[in-house]
Amino acid sequence: MQVYVDNAATTKMSQTAIQAMLPYFEEIYGNPSSLHTPGQKAKEALEAARADVAACLGADPREIYFTSGGSEADNQAILSAAKLGARKGKKHIISTAFEHHAVLHTLEKLEKEGYSVTYLDVTHNHNVDAQQVKDALREDTCLVTTMYANNEIGSILPIREIGAICREAGVLFHVDAVQAVGHIPVHVKDDNIDLLSLSGHKFHGPKGVGALYARRGILLTNLIEGGAQERGKRAGTENIPAICGMAAALKDACAHMEENAAKVTALRDRLIEGLSKIPHSALNGDPVHRLPGNVSFCFEGIEGESLLLMLDFKGISASSGSACTSGSLDPSHVLLAIGRVHDVAHGSLRLSLSEYNTQEEIDYILEQVPQVVEYLRGMSPVWRDLQTGKRQYIL
Amino acid sequence: MALYSEKVMDHFMHPRNVGVLEDANGVGEVGNAKCGDIMKIYLKIENDIIEDVSFETFGCGSAIASSSMATEMIKGKSIYEAMELTNKAVAEALDGLPAHKLHCSVLAEEAIKKALQDYFDSHNIPYDKKLFPDCEHCAHCE
Repeated sequence: MQVYVDNAATTKMSQTAIQAMLPYFEEIYGNPSSLHTPGQKAKEALEAARADVAACLGADPREIYFTSGGSEADNQAILSAAKLGARKGKKHIISTAFEHHAVLHTLEKLEKEGYSVTYLDVTHNHNVDAQQVKDALREDTCLVTTMYANNEIGSILPIREIGAICREAGVLFHVDAVQAVGHIPVHVKDDNIDLLSLSGHKFHGPKGVGALYARRGILLTNLIEGGAQERGKRAGTENIPAICGMAAALKDACAHMEENAAKVTALRDRLIEGLSKIPHSALNGDPVHRLPGNVSFCFEGIEGESLLLMLDFKGISASSGSACTSGSLDPSHVLLAIGRVHDVAHGSLRLSLSEYNTQEEIDYILEQVPQVVEYLRGMSPVWRDLQTGKRQYIL
Repeated sequence: MALYSEKVMDHFMHPRNVGVLEDANGVGEVGNAKCGDIMKIYLKIENDIIEDVSFETFGCGSAIASSSMATEMIKGKSIYEAMELTNKAVAEALDGLPAHKLHCSVLAEEAIKKALQDYFDSHNIPYDKKLFPDCEHCAHCE
């Protein structure tokens, strides 16, 4: 059985998205900046896609800028807000300890340029609460940047409350919503969001395309200079097929959000319940405020990469925050940030579901994962030491 | 997975000599859980010959494969031949390891050396201490 449960990494494209892209390869291939009819048809498709994306977010089409993906949108949003802050002499930014590297590395760059960043603690409930943001605000805070939901452990942050605090304080609020958009309701106005990043391939759209929402009046800084595309804020001929595919996928995801979320949540809960029976294991992430498709566990006494390889051999495609999967010696910064010690963080497994997954697949996973964990523990000197009392259980 | 050679996958999926050797007279453990890999080697030595060997490993696929291959390479050999085993030989026998996984073969070499050292110590056999790794500072953790 082949089971794909790595939907937080990327998703299978939907037929809706594929069909929406096809006309723009051979029929309507004009450059949207061209004056002729084929160019203007492409321009119409571009603006229709922009309107669809805007509608899904509760935004105005003029507030949507297409990018190459979530990382570019994160970079542009943060660098733009930082630049606006510096103009007023405000160079303090608030973020969290479990952000995506697209955000963390951009913040590190700013720190080298003299900005100071407060990284909020995420050990309580593996989440942050709005009060933490309020407490971290300073006179010179120019930006709060947090994710909508965490990619590794699924925690959904109290975005609306954080947004309200930022709005009241007059501080810009950027949200990396790559894992949330298309899966849970995201409304930029109701949520008080000033800047938001999204990525096409996380909701059955194509890779290499994303969008940045910037509330009207927020001046963006260009990352790419050149032509006047995207209201002069992102040069380069627009990737029309990908943009149309992403817009169609997003429209589809938003139209079926409730039923998809209900289905995926039920599968998720069965998986969590089943895997919790494995002794000395622990669920990572907020158990209540949690993405419909996220299942993340740590299993004591084993290492995540060997777990992934075994599961891959059995046809299950999953992911891990183990160091060995990344090439670095440290396990995932997210797992460390929520308080998992190195020894335990190495033994992590993330299963991220989509509505394409079935009950049968969940049954298969629940049959295989405990066997593989037991097998690997059987050859682990760490597990033997835990069992013989030479080492103390952490989980 | 294209990450690993067929040999690595074979030794990972079907590890040789896995488990505890109850009557081992040389045992060595290297690595630490913080770094994500620990290797333990058990040796049963008689008349300077490694009559039996086994391993336990907590670690990634290449760590398990390296331990398995290393035990195969010293089984039936003399302790002096086992002393000559290098991490390079282990990696080569596995048809290569990705660059960032080479430390797994280093661990295998160190674990075997540590088990041999344990045997020498417990049998009052004199040896040159310089030939053995200082496992307080395992190379892969630095």
